[in-house]
Amino acid sequence: MATAEKYVGGGVPRKEDPKLLTGQGQFLEGLTLPGMLHAALVRSPHGSARINSVDVSAAAAAEGVVAALSGADLADEWAAGLPMAWPVTDDIRIPDHWPVAQDVVRYVGDAVAVVVATSRNAALDAAELVEVDYEVLEAVVDVEAALADGAPRVHESFDDNKSYTWALTNGDVDAAFAKADVVVAERYTQPRLIPNAMEPRAVVAQSVPSTGDFTVWSTTQIPHVAKVLFALTLGIPEGQIRVIAPPDVGGGFGSKLNVYAEEALCIALARRLGKPVKWVAGRSEGYLATIHGRDQVQEIEIAATSDGKILGYRVHILAAMGAYLQLVAPGVPLLGAFLYCGCYGGEAYHFECTGVFTNTTPTDAYRGAGRPEATYAIERVIDALAREVGVDAAEIRRRNFLPAGDMVQSPGGLAFDSADYEPALDRALELLDYDGFRSDQAERRAGGGRRQTGVGFSSYVEICGLAPSQVLASLKYGAGGWDAATVRMLPTGKAEVVTGSSPHGQGHVTSWSQIAADALGIPYEDVTVLHGDTHVAPHGMNTYGSRSLAVAGVAVHNACGRVVDKARGLAAHLLEVAPEDLEYEAGTFSVKGVPDRTKSMPELAFAAWTAHSLPEDSEPGLEASCVYDPPNFTFPFGTHVAVVEVDTETGAVDLVRYIAVDDCGPVINPVIVDGQVHGGVAQGIAAALYEEATYAEDGTLETASMVNYLVPSAAEFPSFETDRTVTPSTSNPMGVKGIGEAGTIGSAPAVINAIVDALSHLGVTDVPMPASPERVWRAIRAAQGGEE
Amino acid sequence: MIPASFDYERASSLDEALSLLAQGGEDARPLAGGHSLLPLMRLRLARPSLLVDIGGLEELRGVRSDGDSVVIGALTTHHEVAGASELTGGSGLLATVAEGIGDPQVRHRGTLGGSVAHADPASDLPAALLALDAEVTLAGRDGERSVAAADFFVGPFMSAAADGEIVTGVRVPKREGWGSAYRKFQRRAQDWAIVGVAAVVNWTEDGIAGAVIGLTNMGGTPLRAPGVEAALAGASEKAQILAAASKVSELETPPADENASSEYRLHLAQVLIARAVAEAAGCPGMQRD
Amino acid sequence: MKRVSMTVNGVRHEADVESRTLLVHFIREQLELTGTNVGCDTSSCGACTILMNGQSVKSCTVLAVQADGAAVTTVEGLASNGDWHPVQKAFHENHGLQCGFCTPGMMMAAVGYLDENPAPTEEEVRLALEGNLCRCTGYHNIVKAVLAAADDMGS
Repeated sequence: MATAEKYVGGGVPRKEDPKLLTGQGQFLEGLTLPGMLHAALVRSPHGSARINSVDVSAAAAAEGVVAALSGADLADEWAAGLPMAWPVTDDIRIPDHWPVAQDVVRYVGDAVAVVVATSRNAALDAAELVEVDYEVLEAVVDVEAALADGAPRVHESFDDNKSYTWALTNGDVDAAFAKADVVVAERYTQPRLIPNAMEPRAVVAQSVPSTGDFTVWSTTQIPHVAKVLFALTLGIPEGQIRVIAPPDVGGGFGSKLNVYAEEALCIALARRLGKPVKWVAGRSEGYLATIHGRDQVQEIEIAATSDGKILGYRVHILAAMGAYLQLVAPGVPLLGAFLYCGCYGGEAYHFECTGVFTNTTPTDAYRGAGRPEATYAIERVIDALAREVGVDAAEIRRRNFLPAGDMVQSPGGLAFDSADYEPALDRALELLDYDGFRSDQAERRAGGGRRQTGVGFSSYVEICGLAPSQVLASLKYGAGGWDAATVRMLPTGKAEVVTGSSPHGQGHVTSWSQIAADALGIPYEDVTVLHGDTHVAPHGMNTYGSRSLAVAGVAVHNACGRVVDKARGLAAHLLEVAPEDLEYEAGTFSVKGVPDRTKSMPELAFAAWTAHSLPEDSEPGLEASCVYDPPNFTFPFGTHVAVVEVDTETGAVDLVRYIAVDDCGPVINPVIVDGQVHGGVAQGIAAALYEEATYAEDGTLETASMVNYLVPSAAEFPSFETDRTVTPSTSNPMGVKGIGEAGTIGSAPAVINAIVDALSHLGVTDVPMPASPERVWRAIRAAQGGEE
Repeated sequence: MIPASFDYERASSLDEALSLLAQGGEDARPLAGGHSLLPLMRLRLARPSLLVDIGGLEELRGVRSDGDSVVIGALTTHHEVAGASELTGGSGLLATVAEGIGDPQVRHRGTLGGSVAHADPASDLPAALLALDAEVTLAGRDGERSVAAADFFVGPFMSAAADGEIVTGVRVPKREGWGSAYRKFQRRAQDWAIVGVAAVVNWTEDGIAGAVIGLTNMGGTPLRAPGVEAALAGASEKAQILAAASKVSELETPPADENASSEYRLHLAQVLIARAVAEAAGCPGMQRD
Repeated sequence: MKRVSMTVNGVRHEADVESRTLLVHFIREQLELTGTNVGCDTSSCGACTILMNGQSVKSCTVLAVQADGAAVTTVEGLASNGDWHPVQKAFHENHGLQCGFCTPGMMMAAVGYLDENPAPTEEEVRLALEGNLCRCTGYHNIVKAVLAAADDMGS
């Protein structure tokens, strides 16, 4: 398919913007339906407790209240518990997970009752009147404590708090370690993070009692997946559920990639009460009731030669699942399982992960999901190796990079397409002025001042384009990895693109318009993109895991190709030539050698609609679909560099420069790609320096609101410096890879490595995340022989 | 969330406000900008039965110079305090402190009186008022009275104001010729201080002729550091300031919370005292950063 | 119920409200101006920022009754006669938004600030936006947009 790239590769301003800039965004909180009721949940204040009784009578009698129901009252509503779609091993323990707890609460925030009223305020007021008698049980909130002998059990039906252990071995690991000159062993913790999409979650469920049809609006990343799972949880025939992710969803980062209690509950309440039911999370409520991310303890060991060539890897991970298994939680560590060797070589590799129940909000996929954790471990430990063998931090990476090439075998077991890691490192060093930096650093060290400076590197490779369905099968994932698109020329010459992706800030409407406009040779403005409504876009696997462009975007591209193919037949018919006698460029077919005999796409669209004269084997309309199942993952990569200044007296860290050189293949819209990098980098920096959700021993979330869970503002960041190398993926016809998570994956280790580098002359070798001033101060003190 | 229900009355005079509060009983609260009270009410951690809105009492708003003092009305916003040209000499500390409270939106609504009345040990203004030997003026049904800042803050979120009394403002000595500085240490720009140090210093050719230190979030109330102040007298070199700052350890053990251990707080206080004093002294030789 | 009257985006409104009604809920639910979002419950995120008597405030931390008699501007009132405000234009041209949820509050904070300081530095802009959280953009392009708007308004 010949296309003149008029739009692809250009930084066209987004189509999404005008409504969002003028207050016309269609976020779910603004949706009101006639007769709509409002739900408020009563949540457990205890990390672990038996429910002796729930008395809803005072709430039920309160003004405006339509229903007040306990978990037991609702037990008959569920055909199944809340779904978990990734049983990673055959013997994984999967606990029952009811939308409203029936006998035991297992984390602070576990729902115990719901009140439905004619206004949100009435529901919130009455929820305070529900009386629950609890027998408080001992809680356990830490993964290591949860595995200790005699630890309180999160689920009494299981012998201990282990959910599963999953392992992977390639090569002879013991042999690799036996012949090593050096072994470096490190232990890292991945703090628990709260995703904090700016829009809190919300649901509206509406039933048509006479037909049994349901419409569910939800702030979700996965309307199509949710539709299937709502059907299973609620016992409603799938064809009678329409799920709509509103036109505007305010960020997700994985936190809206789930099937939540409140979604199932609103559907059940709408069914029971015959009226629309709405629930909107408060921010602090969301901190309890929306998935968290990370919360892992990592032990990583690498074996190497004396000149720093890595021979083998051993990795043991404990991953907190929280109190229940949310949608894909067990699989999150698996998304990183192949990447603890980063973009480096070696002979042997062992990875093992144990999923652990704790009395905490369930975890699940948060931006990067498994890959930031893996990248952190390898990018930290390779710096430790560099120190051990006395090799420069940039050089040690260069020495260990996998060779450039296509389908390069990684010790983790995957074959990476489009590998070429050195140019990104080179470019990052050039932007940094590495030599200049090191001489500035040396001067400051010699000066002995309190402000010291350090640089940290992170060369990452990640896995995107989730995913080839057959590979998902081998990992026991419960769904496919394809996505779908339909491209339809309209009679007036404009085009409609129906996509299975479900954007919530990524700008798919703009990017898909660019792809289609170029392929169909029509103006960008003439493309409409439809998404997020299962009645409009019947097929989709939706948006997560940096998959949208590399799967759904490729489906759009392929569907456009099929439209052009069909148009060629029609053009040939109308021009009375053979299809192969036509040339296609920028939306116009012309007869070879007779350039003034042409048919444009708009002309063909109209002809296909009138259907007055069609080729014999052709049907009216000019439309084509593609369901694209990628043959492989894509493997974006890059090098990130952080420069920090550390106040050695207070431990305060200033991030002064951040350089990101990424390779996501060819770029559809460079402005959008840069924006994804900026946002991703900011979330990784936030994890490195600010954010950590902590629990008290009794299961109370200590960082219970935005006041003490430290989401940073503009005042905490510098501007970022971005650049790219372009190595096309060989896995798809566009060569694209994905960029949604790269920033988050690359950034945290760069920042921590920079802090350690700034303090290395004082003997500091580690500072845990988040590197709070007190932690930095303690690390300095410990290194200098004081108490930690 | 939204607050639990309450009654609301708007006062058109101070007298009316006082009598409404008296009628409302102990669960009645005055409301100015609401930036201390409303956040607590939204989480239903505070449930007043009646709010008496004093926001319309123009006589409680504004900054004026009165001889050696500056008088600031309770309804003056942090934004207005930050820009007040009347705050000269050592009293300029208040403007510096006000400029760093919360974020711009908070400073546009939050008031000096509200912050003082709330008596949050982590808020910045109380330590500054303490360091400046300010007086807090109160109105009650029995008339007006003044309480020295040192006597006003009696515990975490507890002040010497009686039920039914309203903070009407503060009177602050100008301390002409003195310099001041406030060093606030926090994780994010919008956060409360982990530790804040207010220093008001009289720097002369012979070194420090007088110094006052006010500490934020080092105890249940804002604190002075008398040992540090005494040791600063006559100091003229960095080393002497550092030695004086170490006397902060004579105070009671500071609190520990999710932001800092006691030990780290104490360490920070020491570092920040030295920096604040050096800045307040305004002598180039004293500057440490 | 209390009677309040205020001018919102140049239009005078009168209504009865519960004492506890927050200004943001009054704006969203009674005036049906849903552009102003609610992103938190602790006055932290700034998504609900509006201008009240010309100054940026968090409308989740003001009671509707406290705004009696005030002049309020929301994101819906930024454009005049169909022409976008320079801050709106700059956010569009500099990709200063992704999901768009924080955007109305972010722009109102910026508009209020540029009125106080028409020619800020990058560092000043960053500090001025300390009360507004965004999770998508990393703030890079927001800051760029505010600086561009300042240039545009100054020229």
